[in-house]
Amino acid sequence: MVGMTLIVKTVARWVKSFIFLYGIYITLYGHLTPGGGFAGGVIVACSFILLILAFGKEKALKRISKALASELDSIGALMFLIIALLGIFAGGTFFINFIQKNAPGQDFHLLSAGTIILSNIAIAVKVGSSLFMVFVILAVLRVVKKGDKLEMIQTNMRGEE
Amino acid sequence: MEIIFVLLLLMIIGSIVALETKDLLAAVISVGAVGLILSVTFLFLAAPDIAIVQIVVEVLVLVILIRATISRDTTAVSGDREFFGMAVSIVLLVVIVIFGIRVFSDIPQFGKPIIALFRDAPSNTYISRGLKDTGAANIVTSVILDYRAYDTLGEATVLFTAILGALAILRSKARKKLKGK
Repeated sequence: MVGMTLIVKTVARWVKSFIFLYGIYITLYGHLTPGGGFAGGVIVACSFILLILAFGKEKALKRISKALASELDSIGALMFLIIALLGIFAGGTFFINFIQKNAPGQDFHLLSAGTIILSNIAIAVKVGSSLFMVFVILAVLRVVKKGDKLEMIQTNMRGEE
Repeated sequence: MEIIFVLLLLMIIGSIVALETKDLLAAVISVGAVGLILSVTFLFLAAPDIAIVQIVVEVLVLVILIRATISRDTTAVSGDREFFGMAVSIVLLVVIVIFGIRVFSDIPQFGKPIIALFRDAPSNTYISRGLKDTGAANIVTSVILDYRAYDTLGEATVLFTAILGALAILRSKARKKLKGK
């Protein structure tokens, strides 16, 4: 049987979307409540890791493959840098909070704090995908020799093919 | 205040168990217990931001450690400690304690923030003008993503480079092993 027992699978099926949603909440409300991009990204990565642990690799990697995670990692880092560079063109200083300077939102509301919320999203995308990738590389994939070529294959719980 | 000393004591016990036990799985679990108690300590010290990050990263690292190392390598430690390594660590520990005593005699008392001593410290500006300048109700976020965003950019770069390097090294190691065979 792929993955863990029926009990774990049922609980994971119920809980996974709530964990994902909590990660998004922590990210989006990082400027109002405790949390932020880093914690939110790690929680989102944890929801996918729960999928891998409970259902096996095939089901989770169908939703987000290693290549997609690698691309999201780069996209998050670039997003953060672009937000910083936009400060030069819009406000004259690197990393200036140009949205808050020009059009301040209402305090204590979701749409406030200007670039901080965008930076939080960028960091969450970056951290979540990179930590998910680390887990996949360390725990799931192994490099093996097939003929003359080296290929990445998936292993089971004990690390065997 | 007393509860923090109890939690500190529990953390020290957990660390000693993690060092002394022969079973690697038990050692990893005691490291996880230390991390969870550290998270509770951050909550008692009124730092919920750090508590959330601590508990989340702890869980993730624990899962990675158990899945990536424990399930495929040797699960028990055998043999005695090397004398040289132990001597070096004891000397380092003594040096750190000596410097620690010097440092702790200089920093303000527990519960007395350093901004009470220095009126023109930047933290005063962050606390009094943080909401007005950045619009973020959470002062921690307003510091790390607005006032000190350079640091966060550096952190993100460090994480990006570290993961890039880790992926490259792990793959090349596996390849070398296969060539050796």
